[in-house]
Amino acid sequence: MFFTYLRRELRRRRKAALVVALGLALGIGLVITVDSVSSGMDQAQGKVLKSLYGLGTDMTVTKAAPASGTGSTTRPKFDFDANSSGTSQSSDRVMVQGFQTLSSSVVSTVGKQKDVAGAVGGLNLQVLKINGTFTQGQFQQRQGSSSGGGFPGGGGSSSTPQGEVKGGGAQFDANSYTLYGVDVSDLSMGPLTSSKITSGSTFTAADANAKVMVADSAYAKQNKLKVGSTVTVKGTKYKVIGIATADSGDAAANLYLPLKQAQTLSSSASKITTVYVKASDSQQISTVKSEIQHNISGTTVTTSADLASTVSGSLSTASSLATNVGKWLSIAVLIAAFLVAGLLTSSAVSRRVREFGTLKALGWKSGRVTRQVMGEALVNGLIGGALGIALGLAGAFAVTEISPTLSAQLGSSASTGGGQGGPGGGAPGGFGGGARQAASKTLDVALSAPVSVGTIVLAVGLALGGGLIAGTFGGWRASRLRPADALRRVE
Amino acid sequence: MYQLSGVTKRYRRGKTNVDALRGIDLTIADGDQLVIQGPTGGGKSTLLQMLGALDRPTSGVIEFDGTDLAKLSEARLTKVRSENIGFIFQSFNLIPTLNAQENVETALVPMGVRPADRRARAAAALESVGLGERLTHLPSELSGGQQQRVAIARALVKEPKVLLADEPTGNLDEGTRDDIMALLEGLWRDRGLTFILVTHDSTIAKRAPRLATLRKGTLTVRESSRT
Repeated sequence: MFFTYLRRELRRRRKAALVVALGLALGIGLVITVDSVSSGMDQAQGKVLKSLYGLGTDMTVTKAAPASGTGSTTRPKFDFDANSSGTSQSSDRVMVQGFQTLSSSVVSTVGKQKDVAGAVGGLNLQVLKINGTFTQGQFQQRQGSSSGGGFPGGGGSSSTPQGEVKGGGAQFDANSYTLYGVDVSDLSMGPLTSSKITSGSTFTAADANAKVMVADSAYAKQNKLKVGSTVTVKGTKYKVIGIATADSGDAAANLYLPLKQAQTLSSSASKITTVYVKASDSQQISTVKSEIQHNISGTTVTTSADLASTVSGSLSTASSLATNVGKWLSIAVLIAAFLVAGLLTSSAVSRRVREFGTLKALGWKSGRVTRQVMGEALVNGLIGGALGIALGLAGAFAVTEISPTLSAQLGSSASTGGGQGGPGGGAPGGFGGGARQAASKTLDVALSAPVSVGTIVLAVGLALGGGLIAGTFGGWRASRLRPADALRRVE
Repeated sequence: MYQLSGVTKRYRRGKTNVDALRGIDLTIADGDQLVIQGPTGGGKSTLLQMLGALDRPTSGVIEFDGTDLAKLSEARLTKVRSENIGFIFQSFNLIPTLNAQENVETALVPMGVRPADRRARAAAALESVGLGERLTHLPSELSGGQQQRVAIARALVKEPKVLLADEPTGNLDEGTRDDIMALLEGLWRDRGLTFILVTHDSTIAKRAPRLATLRKGTLTVRESSRT
């Protein structure tokens, strides 16, 4: 009888039922869309952070480079022979990029610290390569300026030959790229983890002293590098063993090589620029951070949270829009939907006073009448929930299909490079540019809206909640009906 | 069956008190038929609701089979109604979305009768009022007289001790009225139940073996020589 009565009543009042269900559907659909877009924002932000950190890293330890003008940095010097006319000359300089170096022992110091699951070091380098040729000019004597001889100081004449040097000059090309020294004994952390090896292979522990490199796919494409190609840095030839493609499309470096090789190239034996740290418990990250700062003075410890707070640009705007406006809009629509559902159910009970009065006169207990009203409201809520889930999935699908591109800017205040300018800030071609680029990084990420099982469970919960709230409104009214009053009422 | 002593019912309408019943004393024996007549607003329906355990008096005693209904809890009153009292209303009060058989079944739901038994008893009750062919018809598909027959089947399916009818022919034409009255009187005689009927209809009142008249809350009872 319960289900027969319920089914027939819902069919009879299908318009009202549809209004209630649609109201709930709108609210629930909005919650699903906003929730999935928020998840998408988190994922996008995660991608941005991952591009800097790689996987499995909870924080980095660096030491900011000294401010420019303090005199502690040295500008690179290049020596070219101006007399070797027409001969191609090349010179490259390998410099530590963006940070001051730390001793390699810092890695083991941090690694031994409480609540630290692991620590690896890395070395950021920048290579500036200048190559080109000098061409000597030709001396041309003016007519009549000399009576004999043709050579200055050639004698025989009291006057020096008159003329000018024509032609000649220099044509040099400056090329800058980044190198990253990877601790090949532990590849579970560090920036290379945010890339996938799409060709060849990655390093192994046996590569510590090998002259091998992994190239970023974008850089490899630009420079026509492939597995087996050779890259020469400061006269040393390195073989490319793998091509890595960054997940976010923006790699941490152009070329990766074993840490020892990077230290040798930059004359920074036993030096690193960054320590990647993994905490044993995500709840202990701030404690670990404080202890590192305490144990190793002068360093900057940057956690994911610190880095996330520096993200700006359209990703940040959209994220705060989804978090603030989206969340409150969803809550407002849900509250409105719940209220409308409750009021409509209550009003439906008012229209059925005689019906419920009759049932009570026949001996139906208040509880049974209330359950009937609650049942109808719950089914209404579930219909609304189903529609809302469909609506929300459609919304999330649309966002994923449109896949709007958001740009994320990692502020220079972040301790990734400090933005204090790289060494030799005044060098031609914006020498410090590389460091600044690393510090204030702009990434484009495509937004998706993944719908999790948790979101669906939340939607079903909201549907049941909406139904229960509506049912409580109606059920409360129905339970308070006195059969005598109900039957006395003329409709 | 019923013993009423000094029953009063006072309603508050706005700022004034309305005495719907003023010191009613009445005895109704098992198997009696009592017709209650009176002008509109005289308290007929109020008295019927007291007798049907739908409402409590402001003062006085309403004994039903030795139990004072005025002192029973809501749950006990509900139980009394579900087991002992059948109601018939002027406007039939059928559930519009349930068919004839399901409407009759609603009277058996609170008694905890199993669904299969419910269906069988409802079908038999409808058969007894001449609607054996209309089990699956919705109220909207039945005439006024047929709807009232469904309501009568609903009132009788649980085999109550008392049948209370509030203007059962008020919404029916003359021919249908006679059919319904003949049906009710036949059932009363055959089943030996106590039948209390409220009506405006003087034709019905004249035929009544016992007639009670309620005017301004005061009751006068006339025993008919026809009994």
